[in-house]
Amino acid sequence: MSDEQRKKEIDEVTGVETTGHEWDGLKELNNPAPRWWLWVFYICIIWSIGYWVVYPSWPTLSGNTAGRFGWSSAQKLKEEQAKIADRQKVYLDRFEKASFDEIMNDEELYAFAMAGGAAAFKDNCATCHGSGGSGAKGYPNLNDDDWLWGGSIEDIYQTIMYGIRSGHDEERVSAMPAFGKDELLTRDEIAAVTNYVMSLSGEAEDEAGLGQGRTIFQDNCASCHGENGQGGRDFGAPNLSDDIWLYGGDRETIYETVYNARAGVMPTWEARLDNNTIRQLAVYVHQLGGGEEETVNVEQQQPDAGTDGVDTNAEPVEQPVDAIPGAADVIDAVNDSIQETQE
Amino acid sequence: MGFIHKHEKLERNSVLLLICIILVVLVGGIVEIIPLFRKETVIEPVEGVRPYTPLELAGYNIYIREGCYVCHSQQIRYLRDEVTRYGHYSLAAESMYDHPFQWGSKRTGPDLARVGGKYSDAWHTAHMKHPQDVVPESIMPSYSFLAKNAAKVNDLDKHLKTLRLVGVPYTDEQVENAVNDAKVQAVGPDVADTDGLIERYGEKVNARDFDGNPNLVSEMDALIAYLQVLGTMVDFESAKDVEDGAQ
Repeated sequence: MSDEQRKKEIDEVTGVETTGHEWDGLKELNNPAPRWWLWVFYICIIWSIGYWVVYPSWPTLSGNTAGRFGWSSAQKLKEEQAKIADRQKVYLDRFEKASFDEIMNDEELYAFAMAGGAAAFKDNCATCHGSGGSGAKGYPNLNDDDWLWGGSIEDIYQTIMYGIRSGHDEERVSAMPAFGKDELLTRDEIAAVTNYVMSLSGEAEDEAGLGQGRTIFQDNCASCHGENGQGGRDFGAPNLSDDIWLYGGDRETIYETVYNARAGVMPTWEARLDNNTIRQLAVYVHQLGGGEEETVNVEQQQPDAGTDGVDTNAEPVEQPVDAIPGAADVIDAVNDSIQETQE
Repeated sequence: MGFIHKHEKLERNSVLLLICIILVVLVGGIVEIIPLFRKETVIEPVEGVRPYTPLELAGYNIYIREGCYVCHSQQIRYLRDEVTRYGHYSLAAESMYDHPFQWGSKRTGPDLARVGGKYSDAWHTAHMKHPQDVVPESIMPSYSFLAKNAAKVNDLDKHLKTLRLVGVPYTDEQVENAVNDAKVQAVGPDVADTDGLIERYGEKVNARDFDGNPNLVSEMDALIAYLQVLGTMVDFESAKDVEDGAQ
């Protein structure tokens, strides 16, 4: 059908010409795509040719065409990272070289560390320690001044860097024996020592068995947790004489802890975060509430190597008292219980 | 009108139309299909990627069964914020043994491409049992039943064999020992002899009681074993050389 013929066929109702096709008496109106749309379409095709030239596009036998300027998303990322590094450079250069002391005493570096630390904390630490660092069962509260492995910036840095029982060669590691599971103590003995542990923080309800509990404690627990249960950082052994509990301070939980032992794991961040970020985090965590000035050894006790630990002949405990707040009460309680058992 | 009406020539000439259709399909086919036969040209030659151990594979199957990919991606893109948050961008090599890959397309939860080693096993167990216990603001549902279900390990040798058909380089030895390897990996060196497992899958393989229940090789064990290996295989020192060489 020629153009001339088709033009003659105009649909009566709409006044639009038809394509001339007819199916069972139905005719198709000729409403082609708007011309502007078609032109945009053709221009897009032409544009894509430019795109092929500039960007990686066509597959080839050895990979794909690289594009005129060698653009790659990896390269773009590198440039963006460099841009940010450049912006941070003014602080980063100084931060890298500064000691923790210098950072704490330099307002700018401190602010830089805090800003970076806060961001990294949310991404990496908050999942276990909580977004405010308040911890959860098994994950220490970072806001208080109770530290398992040490609360100085250096200590915190080491913990973050290498982790706890993380499998890293430099990890912080210790193993509490599973006294019940491995049949080191009977259930009764565990109940007694549980009661004794509760008494250390003034929670014991049952005064009667304290003497037995104390003996068991001195034989089995004191080498890490200290004679008075004040904890020891050489082993990350928690202080048992305060009200702060990692897994819970009720009778059932303590019993479970003694029975099965605990071995909390913190991953090493060495491979995941760069050194500067870990330093920023150390500063950030340090200031959350309980940061300590220096590595303190006051509460640490060296265990007697190669022996079962402490002399168990119940001598009333005299020292150390002054170094530990609240220790005097605990020692009084211990001494009372000793007297009871001796009577 | 002339240019616009040119298509009439095609529509009214079936042979011409057929030839043109074949031409278009050919170009489209070549562009889409040829790269699939040349995958090795885009897989980075990095060190360290190995096929999953049988236990990890069981975990991978659970990951798919539970639809984890619906809310979690495994694809760190080349974006600065993603690299800052999740770590090195994902490499094609890292999912070359996944059939099917778990890149995902939606992040309701975080990306998991490098979740391996980021959290402790105890955390994963607690989180899977009741996510809100460890992440109060989480909307993830509970998967506590995984800890109670025994992982199906007895048919893992067949899984390995099947994967070998599609190109995963499992050795005969790996296939033969698949069932035992899965059980050994879920209890660790304190209880079982892991030498064979390590010999077959490398020094870095995680073998321990993942879910804290030594009496059962549970689906939780398998899933955590899988999660703990995600994104940890590549030696990024060698990846660095590849990147620098590419420029």
